[in-house]
Amino acid sequence: MSIGPEAQTVLNESSLSVDSVDIPVTILTLLAGIAITLLSLWFGFNNNLLPLAAADNAAGVDSLFNVMLTISIALFLLVQGLIVISAIKFRRQPGDESDGPPIHGNIPLEILWTAIPAVLVMGISVYSFQIYNQMGGLDPMNHGGHSMEPKAQLAMASESFDGPMLLADGTPNPEYKKYAAGVGAGPGADLPDVTVNVMGLQYAWIFNYPEGFVSGELHIPVDQDVQLDIVAQDVLHAFWVPEFRLKQDAIPGKNTQLRFTPTEAGTYPIVCAELCGAYHGAMRSTVVVHEPEDYDAWLQTQIAAANVEGEAIAMALPDASAKGNALDPIVQAMDMDIRAEELAQLHQGHTPQAQMPAGHDHASMSPESMDHGSMDHGSMGQDHLAMVMN
Amino acid sequence: MTQAITENPGAATPPPQHEDQHPWWVYFTFCTDHKVIGIQYMVTTFIFYLIGGALATLVRAELATPEVNLVSRELYNQLFTVHATVMIFLWIVPAGTGAFANYLLPLQLGARDMAFPKLNAVAFWMVPPAGILLISSFLLEAPGSGWTSYPPLSLVNGQTGELIWILSVLLLGTSSILGAVNFGTTIIKMRMPGLKFNQMPLFCWSMLAASALVLISTPVLAGALILLSFDLMVGTNFFNPAGGGEPVVYQHMFWFYSHPAVYIMILPVFGMISEILPVHARKPIFGYLAIAYSSLTISFLGLIVWAHHMFTSGTPSWLRMFFMVATMIIAVPTGIKVFSWVATLWGGKISLNSAMLFAMGFLSMFVIGGLSGVMVASVPFDIHVHDTYFIVAHLHYVLFGGSVFGLYAGIYHWFPKMTGRMMNETLGRIHFVLTLVGFNLCFMPMHWLGLQGMPRRVAEYDPQFASVNLICSIGSFLLAISTLPFLYNAIQAWIAGPKASGNPWNALGLEWQTTSPPPIENWDGDPPLIEDSYAYGSKPGKKSVTSLKGSDLWKTPV
Repeated sequence: MSIGPEAQTVLNESSLSVDSVDIPVTILTLLAGIAITLLSLWFGFNNNLLPLAAADNAAGVDSLFNVMLTISIALFLLVQGLIVISAIKFRRQPGDESDGPPIHGNIPLEILWTAIPAVLVMGISVYSFQIYNQMGGLDPMNHGGHSMEPKAQLAMASESFDGPMLLADGTPNPEYKKYAAGVGAGPGADLPDVTVNVMGLQYAWIFNYPEGFVSGELHIPVDQDVQLDIVAQDVLHAFWVPEFRLKQDAIPGKNTQLRFTPTEAGTYPIVCAELCGAYHGAMRSTVVVHEPEDYDAWLQTQIAAANVEGEAIAMALPDASAKGNALDPIVQAMDMDIRAEELAQLHQGHTPQAQMPAGHDHASMSPESMDHGSMDHGSMGQDHLAMVMN
Repeated sequence: MTQAITENPGAATPPPQHEDQHPWWVYFTFCTDHKVIGIQYMVTTFIFYLIGGALATLVRAELATPEVNLVSRELYNQLFTVHATVMIFLWIVPAGTGAFANYLLPLQLGARDMAFPKLNAVAFWMVPPAGILLISSFLLEAPGSGWTSYPPLSLVNGQTGELIWILSVLLLGTSSILGAVNFGTTIIKMRMPGLKFNQMPLFCWSMLAASALVLISTPVLAGALILLSFDLMVGTNFFNPAGGGEPVVYQHMFWFYSHPAVYIMILPVFGMISEILPVHARKPIFGYLAIAYSSLTISFLGLIVWAHHMFTSGTPSWLRMFFMVATMIIAVPTGIKVFSWVATLWGGKISLNSAMLFAMGFLSMFVIGGLSGVMVASVPFDIHVHDTYFIVAHLHYVLFGGSVFGLYAGIYHWFPKMTGRMMNETLGRIHFVLTLVGFNLCFMPMHWLGLQGMPRRVAEYDPQFASVNLICSIGSFLLAISTLPFLYNAIQAWIAGPKASGNPWNALGLEWQTTSPPPIENWDGDPPLIEDSYAYGSKPGKKSVTSLKGSDLWKTPV
């Protein structure tokens, strides 16, 4: 353990002279160093401070945390121990008006306590770098868009998010597949098994499945490669699943990505971690990690329900040219009309779509009527209708 | 007592004449005396601290239960927004830089006043209007999008409150810049003849570093806020994604100031701790040059780490790695300071009075905040804990456990100089114990909350966190109560405390070689030249740092 030598060196030099005890001070300091090392190792690796690890990258984050915690505990015990010992041993006796020894510094000691933290933080940096690389953080761009075939296959999944990204004058963005860095797959990774488009809006998460339906909960299969394409509709949100150790801001007009493999079936909370307004604390949802067969069953149910809904929406549309924004009114309606409590109810097993006012008058939901005025919702969900109807 | 300064004849000044002091009403006027301005800052900012603390107590009262039941959600957001803004811009920044720097710099440098006394008074008198403006926003509409005020939320969350927030912070930023111009100039140009840079008290060094940060970074915040106000009022789209703006650019501009602001808040306190420890441990500061230059290093590094607040904001990977490494490197100069302070204590003759207790409390708590700071600098870990209660815990360990403990230590240490009265030690110790217990009870469990999945800035939370949140709330109430013995002590001592001598701690610093409080021109006659204000235990002609061996340190008679 890297902390041992430091503790021992400093304490060894300190020659803690315990007058009444016959044990040599060097032995005492050695024992103290061993005790600090063992105690911090024990606490650091048995801390139990993090929740269940339910995704492939979580184990790496957890061991990084354990190592950093171990080093931190050791340094804290060292510094705190020296402070407490000083406060007891070197406190001024009543009537003692003399000064302490005139020691102004010690160059070797100062070099030592400059070098050891430098080595420690460099070690932590390299380790963090490795873990980040394992999570795919260093290579978020390598999939979904740089070669033709993957793009063709991904088109269903993310076409709507690839659309010209919000240029005010309407000119297409040449780099329209502009994914901002999230935590992506590692180098050489293949296409994800499951791709879900995630939209954050005040105050809900909407999950758009390439199979052509919308859900208020995220359902994903265990042990499969999942990619989330995240965007926000109105203000900043942050998609966080503590059990996955993953968090990514949802930014209006800018796609971000997360890619991971859930490893434990179960139900976990999705938390909004970026202040998004009054009901920020209520902006929660659930991710359900299914066994593969359960996932397929859930998928079929949703697709069947979506087909019915999709036809209803298609009939309500006045003409085909409006199809690009077919789902916008629904999303807007949620934005304007649905309170957080209602959303919370929605999340109890219903998809938002089930209660969406599918037959809403499209005209009344035109962008001019939006309460947020300048917020542009139009570029999102360009192709949602195509997905819904196919 | 060996005294390096006894050979300076100027130290023996005649007793003060009563007409040397300002009458009481001067403290309510536009006065250019740096000591008056320092006390004006001190009292004003402490009042804002109490207001900010009351807001925090309301926040914690709401969080005592998982449901929203005390205040509305909108009001909750306003409470924590104003709490953070008050604590940062109206308490720690102006108390550390405004109050202590104004009071101490000329006294430590041997100057009669600051370089620009009128500018100094102007800088102070911008603080009360800005503060009153911000607090009174609760009557109209308080800002509610966090002290970070990220667009697009800040653009849609209530125009009035946001505009008040921008105006208030712009005023305070301007005040801060004016102050920094003054401090920098005073330190560089107003040192008494013969006082070299490497002989200045360490507080001057830390103020030089902090002033440089203010001058470099605060204009960027002002720029960001002015652009934000254009988006808000005129309908421009600098940060508004609906019109092609880039909300993340605001985050870069904001944190380009607001990360250095962390060091603006802690550097003056570092300086104060470097002053306080040697006096009450009766031992020279350990590694003067290392502490002095590490302040400058921190100041420089502090300018290139801002995007570690944005690891989940879609920041490119290579940038995340750069900012991670740069942030971690700050641990090195900070570690140098911490170890030097511990070595200063070691082997000293430590007087465990209130100032020393708070200084030791600062050391202990700041180390915890610093260590969790290294942890959150690590990108993979920060992705998990960003915007959670782990961050709330970390920042309070640095800003409360660090800055506020240090400010309290400074108050106990320099109160006799400022007022000419001694504070009560028993009450001071009660204050310390209550603060230490309340603080740790309030903020230590928050680490766990954040790791387990509780995001920050929420009015309602998962009921599984209820009991731990209740503990935090109880801790915060204890913290609120802990200010009462201090308030009573300070007010009672100021009015009727025992008279303090010019140098009640037998300190060697120049500010102690005059009366308490000092006369209007700081010294009757010329101030003495003190080439080493940390020469405790030394005969004149002491050993130099380089001539000492390691064994000299540890083989000292105890």
